[in-house]
Amino acid sequence: MTEPVLSIKDLVVEFPFRNDVFRAVSGVSFDIMPGEVVGVVGESGAGKSMTGSAVIGLIEPPGHIASGEIRLKGERIDNLPEEAKAKLRGRRIGMVFQDPLTSLNPLYTIGEQLIETIRTHLPLNEAEARQKAIDLLTEAGIPKAAERMESYPHQFSGGMRQRVVIALAIAAEPELIIADEPTSALDVSVQAQIIKVLKKLCANHGAAVMLITHDMGVIAQTADRMVVMHQGTVVETGTVGDIIRRPQEPYTIKLINSIPTIQRQAGDVAPEAAANDDGAYVQVKHLVRDFEIGGGGFLKLLPGKVEMFRAVNDVSFAIEKGKTFGLVGESGSGKSTCAKMIVGLLRPSSGQITVDGHDIWAGGAGHKERRKRVQMIFQDPYASLNPRWRVADIIAEPMRTLGLARNRTEVDHRVAELLTRVRLDPSVMRKFPHEFSGGQRQRIAIARALSSQPEFIVCDEPTSALDVSVQAQVLDLMQELQDEFGLTYLLISHNLAVVRQMSSAVGVLHNGVLVEKGPTDAIFDNPQADYTKMLLDAVPDISRVA
Amino acid sequence: MTDLPHSPEQPVVAAKTSRWRTFLKSDIVWSYRHSPVTIVASIVALVLILMAVLAPWIAPYNPFNPATLNLMDGFTPPNSNSFAGRYFILGTDNQGRDVLSTIMYGSRVSLFVGFSATLFAMVMGVGLGLVAGYLGGIWDAVIMRVADVQLSFPAILIALLIFGVARGLIPPNQQEGAAIWVLILAIGLANWAQFARTVRGATMVERQKDYVSAARILGVNPFIILLRHVLPNVMGPVLVIGTIGLALAIIEEATLSYLGVGVPPTQPSLGTLIRIGQQFLFSGEWWILLFPAVTLVLLALSVNLLGDWLRDALNPKLR
Amino acid sequence: MLAFIARRLFQSVIVMLAVAFIAFMVFRYVGDPVSSMLGQDSTLADHAALRERLGLNEPFYIQFFSFVGNALQGQFGISYRLQQPVSQLIMERLPATIELAFASASIALVLGVVLGIYTALRPRAFSTGVIMTASLIGVSLPTFLIGIGLIYVFAVELKVLPSFGRGEVVDLGWWRTGFLTESGLRSIILPAITLSLFQLTLIMRLVRAEMLEVLRTDYIRFAKARGLSQRAINFGHALKNTMVPVITITGLQLGSVIAFAIITETVFQWPGVGSLFVNSVAVVDVPVMAAYLVFVALVFVVINLIVDILYFIVDPRLRDGAKSGR
Repeated sequence: MTEPVLSIKDLVVEFPFRNDVFRAVSGVSFDIMPGEVVGVVGESGAGKSMTGSAVIGLIEPPGHIASGEIRLKGERIDNLPEEAKAKLRGRRIGMVFQDPLTSLNPLYTIGEQLIETIRTHLPLNEAEARQKAIDLLTEAGIPKAAERMESYPHQFSGGMRQRVVIALAIAAEPELIIADEPTSALDVSVQAQIIKVLKKLCANHGAAVMLITHDMGVIAQTADRMVVMHQGTVVETGTVGDIIRRPQEPYTIKLINSIPTIQRQAGDVAPEAAANDDGAYVQVKHLVRDFEIGGGGFLKLLPGKVEMFRAVNDVSFAIEKGKTFGLVGESGSGKSTCAKMIVGLLRPSSGQITVDGHDIWAGGAGHKERRKRVQMIFQDPYASLNPRWRVADIIAEPMRTLGLARNRTEVDHRVAELLTRVRLDPSVMRKFPHEFSGGQRQRIAIARALSSQPEFIVCDEPTSALDVSVQAQVLDLMQELQDEFGLTYLLISHNLAVVRQMSSAVGVLHNGVLVEKGPTDAIFDNPQADYTKMLLDAVPDISRVA
Repeated sequence: MTDLPHSPEQPVVAAKTSRWRTFLKSDIVWSYRHSPVTIVASIVALVLILMAVLAPWIAPYNPFNPATLNLMDGFTPPNSNSFAGRYFILGTDNQGRDVLSTIMYGSRVSLFVGFSATLFAMVMGVGLGLVAGYLGGIWDAVIMRVADVQLSFPAILIALLIFGVARGLIPPNQQEGAAIWVLILAIGLANWAQFARTVRGATMVERQKDYVSAARILGVNPFIILLRHVLPNVMGPVLVIGTIGLALAIIEEATLSYLGVGVPPTQPSLGTLIRIGQQFLFSGEWWILLFPAVTLVLLALSVNLLGDWLRDALNPKLR
Repeated sequence: MLAFIARRLFQSVIVMLAVAFIAFMVFRYVGDPVSSMLGQDSTLADHAALRERLGLNEPFYIQFFSFVGNALQGQFGISYRLQQPVSQLIMERLPATIELAFASASIALVLGVVLGIYTALRPRAFSTGVIMTASLIGVSLPTFLIGIGLIYVFAVELKVLPSFGRGEVVDLGWWRTGFLTESGLRSIILPAITLSLFQLTLIMRLVRAEMLEVLRTDYIRFAKARGLSQRAINFGHALKNTMVPVITITGLQLGSVIAFAIITETVFQWPGVGSLFVNSVAVVDVPVMAAYLVFVALVFVVINLIVDILYFIVDPRLRDGAKSGR
């Protein structure tokens, strides 16, 4: 049997707080073999990133390794002095971080950063290091690498920057690469390419990979083996296929079951196709929104031509009453701009939006109807609730503003009822938002949205800030409320699996244009537009386990 | 750190007994208790403020009542009896005024000007900052440009200018009575920009947040949104700047008075006392200068220390 | 690049016009220029004649334009107090102020940046604690008290340095410098230290805060993960990134040294424009106040322009993004 590249035994990482000690990692053990790709998966707070930081020796103080050992090729590294650890970094262990936009120093060209790294570790002269840098960039799929050496990071797109970051991590031929959520900040279509580049480069240079991610789909498509972590401990270890098809531990079973997939699941009833658009409850017709580019402040006072950018370009769709329309798109596709126009936050440049026959941008009556009928659920439950307000006041604000309930007891009564509806105890109404977890906050946000008794709710990425198991609960709740109150949803998401699970009809947005729309099954099973096909192909999904 | 110490769906353990403040409060109380410097600073500040506020009742003498002044008491060194046989713990000045009493009355003036000017600057700066940050566009451009230009001049210059202009506008016979208000106006106007800039930045962050969008979707009046949603969330930094601004205002008042353009000599502040004391420094009567100077520095330093601590306590990541 | 500078120049002109307008309003409406200039035993006819000669009967905007026109030629009228042309008064005193500002700005910049870097790199060291506490005391000490204290120790007690004035100056024809004589150099030591202390603490705290901020960024973490040496990370990466915001604020701080000199010049009886201004405020000598305001604004605008251009050179993002504003 060969010796493992990395061997972690009973690792404990502690953060001392005041009079308490928080264990981020408690007793983690696993091995990584040469050339192997091991996925470390878990929800937030599982301690997976901290394990990675411990291996490369970059735990932020006051955190520290309290006990256990880490061996690199059999040699113990966790107790090395700082200078010795620094020598390992980059040379024997490389690292790729999540956000390519902030991983590179904005003031140096990528050539300077690559050559600096190479010459720190390898005995090459400037010209040789330069050649190696160009080779690495070419290998990472950067076109015209020699010319791009002089470019600064901001001149690259996010995906290209992550290629540069990977090239930097592998530059000194390390034995192990730790990739911490390497694709989480990227769009699906880019994500797939980056995963390929990472796998290819590591295979070419013989590096093993520790792939840390919350996305089981990425693991399914990339890793050989995986380690499932939960609350600082390892729950289950095994080959990817085994764990996804036959999870053993209760936590893993629950986790796997709560992951939505873009495949139709056996138990689901196929939703009926949407009827014709004219009688639909919500109608969006030829929606357009332009933005001015640049030139703020005093420059606005100067006459001159203004450059325009069309964020939403002639988008039309309709939603049946009581149904969910899923609007899918990557970042920059204009989906959030659409949402803002539909809820009345942003005036459309042209086009019309009607809800139950009322033009919501017509002013006067239309405006009043919109306030009554339309509500929104936001992505980030940490930002959507005012941290200085009590839950009761947050939920009561819509009723008070719209005059739905006047006296205190009536308000309190309604708030309690709404909290029960979203499966929270009414007694929590005296608390403040920071006392709740992300999932609970999203329930409070839903209760607030229901408070004005709306008929139509725009949900902008309602679960993308949540862990998968919480996501499943929130989606279930949304479905139940829809059945109960006959709500109409516009579900905006980049997550194709969530959209497939929730909606009866789907529209695909790309660069502000609605490239395709139709019944969910038709779009997913038989996509027509090239962009939709590409998108569906690129999604990492656990049903595609290698 | 993204990894939170509690699991997603279990209710966070509620603090043992009490209410909403527990969380935030305990954090601040904890950092207060663990900072001996802050404890000392707050005690010093409190003592000095109490001495100033209670001066008419606890000061040993009334230094501004000519009937009780006796030139025979003049230049008495600290902790000794004057020729007239009276005891002065911190000595007397050239006119025989008790130094301790003048300091108590002087800090009264200094603190009054400092507090009023800071309050004035705060109200003006917070208001304009909220408007600039929330409305954006041309409002923002105009307000922030003015603030930028003003911030690049020292406050003392702005205050001097405003003071000079006001002097020119107010008829001479009313100047003495108006002096203290002119001073407050001058220092206040010189310091509003710092508040405006901070509040504007914080407001721009807050207005992008979804809780503001949620209120806008409901059609809540923008003025109410600013007042009830945004304002409470930008008060943290305002408090910090307010505290440090108070120290600055006290120093600015002292400087103006020292330059001879501040409060009238009939109502001396700490700065005026130092100006008077400087005349006697070179002839050996050091106490007339030293004690007011020490009081001024202690006051400014303790308030500054409190502000520094407050900034760290409200923003733990800066440590 | 040219478009960027042109835009900044345009903004500067607007700022200068705004300041000129304030100065004009002060000049025109604070007090009565006619009676201030003529004194008490003058006739009504004298008043009317002077009003006519000063153009005070012209429409408002013409008066403003002639004020700007005169200001462009350096003409700000006659000082009420000293009965001399204001421009001459300022030009006589300018070298003293500029030499003082230059000396203290150099002290503040060098020491401020060095101490800021030091305290940021050793956040937990004892020496850092001492320096940070000292800096807080520095902010709490009014400038005039520092001046008095230094005078007391070095001039009164130790008798090693002069307590006031500029010492002997050498007339270079267009400039009178104190840098070339021993007494001139000795005289500038105490005022320069006094003036620099406040800016020094500000610059130091700013550099420290910015550097700590940069040291927390992802690209520094990534630089560590790439195995770069501590030295390369601290001085190659962190320092350069720290300097971008520091340049702006430091530049503006140094500009304000000139205006800040008011207090120091008064304490040390330094014959510069600052003490001229203070004396003018006390007696509402409006032409001097207006001229000083315009002068300080000009310094501010010029420094601002230099800072913008420096910024442009240091930050590549700005070079590309210049066309789309900030």
